[in-house]
This record gives sequence, structure tokens and C-alpha cells, in this order.
Amino acid sequence: MKVLVPVKRVIDYNVKVRVKSDGSGVDLANVKMSMNPFDEISVEEAIRLKEAGKVDEIVVVSVGPQQAQETIRTALAMGADRGILVKVDDTVEPLAVAKILKGIVDEEKPELVILGKQAIDDDCNQTGQMLAALLGWSQGTFASKLDLGEGTVEVMREIDGGLQTVKLTMPAIVTADLRLNEPRYASLPNIMKAKKKPIDEKAASDYGVDTAPRLTVVATNEPPARQAGVKVADVAELVSKLKNEAGVL
Amino acid sequence: MLHSSDKYQDIRDAVRALCAEFPDEYHRRVDEERAYPEEFVDALTKAGWMAALIPEEYGGSGLGLTEASVIMEEINRAGGNSGACHGQMYNMNTLVRHGSKEQRDFYLPKIAAGELRLQSMGVTEPTTGTDTTKIKTTAVRKGDRYVINGQKVWISRVQHSDLMILLARTTPLAEVKKKSEGLSIFLVDIKQAVKSGMTVKPIRNMVNHETNELFFDDLEIPVENLIGEEGMGFKYILTGLNAERALIAAECIGDGYWFTDRVTAYVKERNVFGRPIGQNQGVQFPIAEGFIEIEAASLMRYEACRLYDAGEPCGAQANMAKYLAAKASWEAANACLQFHGGFGFAAEYDVERKFRETRLYQVAPISTNLILSHVAEHILGLPRSF
Repeated sequence: MKVLVPVKRVIDYNVKVRVKSDGSGVDLANVKMSMNPFDEISVEEAIRLKEAGKVDEIVVVSVGPQQAQETIRTALAMGADRGILVKVDDTVEPLAVAKILKGIVDEEKPELVILGKQAIDDDCNQTGQMLAALLGWSQGTFASKLDLGEGTVEVMREIDGGLQTVKLTMPAIVTADLRLNEPRYASLPNIMKAKKKPIDEKAASDYGVDTAPRLTVVATNEPPARQAGVKVADVAELVSKLKNEAGVL
Repeated sequence: MLHSSDKYQDIRDAVRALCAEFPDEYHRRVDEERAYPEEFVDALTKAGWMAALIPEEYGGSGLGLTEASVIMEEINRAGGNSGACHGQMYNMNTLVRHGSKEQRDFYLPKIAAGELRLQSMGVTEPTTGTDTTKIKTTAVRKGDRYVINGQKVWISRVQHSDLMILLARTTPLAEVKKKSEGLSIFLVDIKQAVKSGMTVKPIRNMVNHETNELFFDDLEIPVENLIGEEGMGFKYILTGLNAERALIAAECIGDGYWFTDRVTAYVKERNVFGRPIGQNQGVQFPIAEGFIEIEAASLMRYEACRLYDAGEPCGAQANMAKYLAAKASWEAANACLQFHGGFGFAAEYDVERKFRETRLYQVAPISTNLILSHVAEHILGLPRSF
């Protein structure tokens, strides 16, 4: 069985994001970029399935600039088998990514696509769902546990009220939540092996997809600075402030 | 953290990810308990980092000293201390380049698999520090054994290593044409040796560094443990010494970045008289100066490693890189301590620990003054001063 894992190159989670002075977006110049953490979890899950003998091949795909190749290499160093880079220099919106992924799914014919539930840069949380709709496949989103059966996959989902388990008929789309697993770090021998693993280069046009954005960014703002707090003398003052000033009691 | 990308980014990212599992608290506790960072070195070994220099056919990754230097740099940059494990990196090429096929076939796969550690090198003696050719430890051939007698000092990681490369005199100084002749190197099985004539006496010291005095009293080692030709050991040991200099330069560079990262973050946040202290040029300039020197030292490190990996002479560059890097990390350490004020002395900030650790490298493995006299005499052609 083949698994497809899309990975996105995003601003590193440790970086303090700065808004560009003209408000058109965030500053990416000389900023450390890494694999979207939720995608790392997806890669890890696919590798665990392969190690359990349930998966034969893991194909990693990234839609992004040339440097997204490094993100694919990271996934290959973790243990994925080969990569596909769909080179696009500008921002690609979730729908266009989903359409490109559909094109790849049609070619590669995986039975399972594991995506991160969202990317930490735009927080869209749309690509997995859109891909499921375009393909007409079942979807199990926000997975915190995944159990692969014969032609089915059980997905435990994190929902507001607790945990929900759904059983999907394959082929299926799964999106990974934070608690699905803890991704491994690459070992040196695997980094060396990853350098020899193949990465195909494609263009969006190979899949007949127009990546021109349909949305316009109106403004990007820094979050407001946090106001300083006040110290209260005793519980009575605290209650009084909560009642009269904060209005929460 | 300061961010610049180079062609070793994959190595850097992976070492950083591993090091992130061993936070400040871990290294602080190991230091406090004067313990060996066993779990950390194990994790590095399991992930293949300690076998970076072993050729691929023996189960390693076949990388050069340049990559090894990046690994050491990242360990120190992450708050660790490569001193616990760098021996395996600088010793490795002595065995890879000068060992016999039988020795390579026997030892390298086991070292690559993490079954054996080659972390120690026995060169220095109490009466002959840098004056290496005057060492008094002797190895006398008796049939199929060499019998070792003598004493070594500042021999590190012996209690946490399986193998040691030992330098001893096989032909008396009076009987050789050149004083660098007549020395030989041996691979010593440490566990075997402590049972049959080698005594290990730990030296308590300013940093948590496992280092020892060694005493040899008729220690017998099999002749097949001789590395290379008898009498040519001085040439071979330089392979290890030059690697050691370049790697320690890299560790200092890592330390330097650590100090710079920490102090930069601190002075931005620390408000005195209503503004961050990092706004003062008196604070900014020493930090900037340290950083510039680290960047420069890093370039000299790459040059030393490049020559080493090309198999070219690199003694001068390796020593100059160590000189520059040890000085730069010390500058950065001093600024970091100074601008942390009293907190710099508090163990929980880790500055005092790193400060002690990086200070070592102006003294060991060769002191700054000896590098200066080497450059003066051998590069500038000035008269020998000692």
C-alpha cells in the first residue's frame, strides 16, 4: 500500500513572526523555515505504518518554492521513500494545493493521504477537507489515533466534547492532530541515505492547475501588545474588580 | 537564535533536534553531580553522530572533519559540552588512516555500532606537556607483546571509553637521528589494561570533565595493537592532534554562539532605568565584538578542516583556528557573564557553567602561548624561543 504525505515549508515555530512594514504579510527574509509541525506528525505516522509492515511506500509531496526541496529531504531523512516537488514561487491557496494534490493522487494512486490538520503559517485548516471533496473520498480529520485495517481505517478524532472514533472506507484522507504521535529526529545514516533518494520536480501546470490567488490580503497586523496587570491587596479587592471593572462576575 | 543557513543545515537541524531533548536542566544536573552525560552520549551514538567519520563500508557515514566540526559546534551551541565525546571524533582518523586492514575490520564496525567507544588518547605526561618527543613512557617489545612502563596525565574519558590510543617511546631518544622518530602508537583495551598493569587516578577539576592520571607498570599489550609502523607514531599522532584542534575550535564557536544568543536575549528583556540595557552601546559593543570574532574564527575552522579533509598539512591552520575560536568564545563568555550581572553567577542561568567550560580551551589541549610561539617560529621564521 502506498501513502501520500503532503508537507509544507513554513516559518519555524520558534521564530518570532514580524509583520512587514507595509502590512502586506509577514517578513520571511533571513528567517528560519522548517517543515510544518503537523506535517512532521503525518510523516511520522506514515513511517510507523511502514515499520509495522502495513505500508510499502511513502511518497512525500510539497507545493512551494525550490527551497521546499529541503523540507522534502527532511521527510526523506525521517524515513519516507521518495519526493515530488511541485514548484510554485508565489503563495498557493488551499484550494489550488488540493487540486494539485488531486492530480498527484490520480497519478500515484495512494490508498491513504495523511496531511497535517493545518499549517502553522496561515492556519487555514482546509487542504485535507478540500482534497477529500475533490476526490470524493472519506475523511477523518484531527486524528489523535489511527488504526489501519483491511480496506478500512479507524480514526480517533479530537472534538470539542471529547474523542470520536470514525471508521473510514479506503481510500481515505486523514489529517493529523498534535497528539497523534511524537515525530522522530533524523539519524545521521538516514540523512546520508536521504541525499540519494529521488525527488521529482513538477509544475502546477503539469496538473492543469492555475495557482493565481482568489483571495486578497487586505491587511496584516501585529497582535495588540499585552496590557500590564495590576496587583490586588486581597481577595475582596479581587472580587470587587472582577465584578465592577472586568464585569465577569 | 541567530539564523544563517549553510550547506550543513541538514546536519545542524538534526543535531539541534536531538540536543533539544536534553535541555539546560539536564546538563546542569550532570555538572552538579559531576557525572558523565551517559544518556546524551548514548543518544548521539544511536543516531549515528559518533560514527560520522567512520567510512560507510564499516557502518559509519564517511563524513569529513568539516562535518564532524559542525556536529561538535551544534552540541556546544545547544548548551552541551562536546568534551564528553569529542575524543571519538579526533581519534577516529588515526585509526582510519593509519590502522591496518585487520584493525579497521575488527574495530570500526564495533565502534560504528556503538559497542565500543574510542574516546581516549594518551599523549601528555607530567614532565613533558607540549614537548611531546621527550615523553618517558616506554614500550619494549618482548616476543609477541609490548611491555609498557611510565605515566600519563590529563587523559580524558578513560572511565567512559573502551579503547585508548597510547603514545610511547619504542626506541630511546639517544638512539634516534631525529627526536620525532622512535615513538609508536598503540590501541589499548582499557578494561583489559586496568586488570593488568594500568592504574587510573581521576583528577578533580574546575569543570565537570572526566580526566585522569594513568600509571603503567609492566602493562603488556599484544603486538597486533601497534598502529602503523613502529617508530613512526609521532607522525600518526598528529592526525589526531590536528583534528582535535579543529574540533575544539568548532566547540568554542558553538559556545560563542550560545553566549551571544543568551546575552542578546537577556539584554533585550532586562530593563534598568526604564529601558532595556541592550540599548546601551557599552553593552552592545562587547557583544558585537565577540560575535564578529566568532564569525572570523569559524572561517579559519573551515579552512583548517578543508585542508585536513584534503589530506594536506593543516597544523598551522588547525592551531590558529583553535587560538581564534578560544579567544572569541572567551570574549563572548565574558560579555555574557558581565551583562547578566549577579544572575550570571547563578547556576540556574547556565552562564557560569558554560563560562568555566569554555575557559578551558585557552589552556587545553594546547595553550595559547604555545600556538603563538609556533606561529612565530614556524610560520614567521623567527628564532626559536625555547
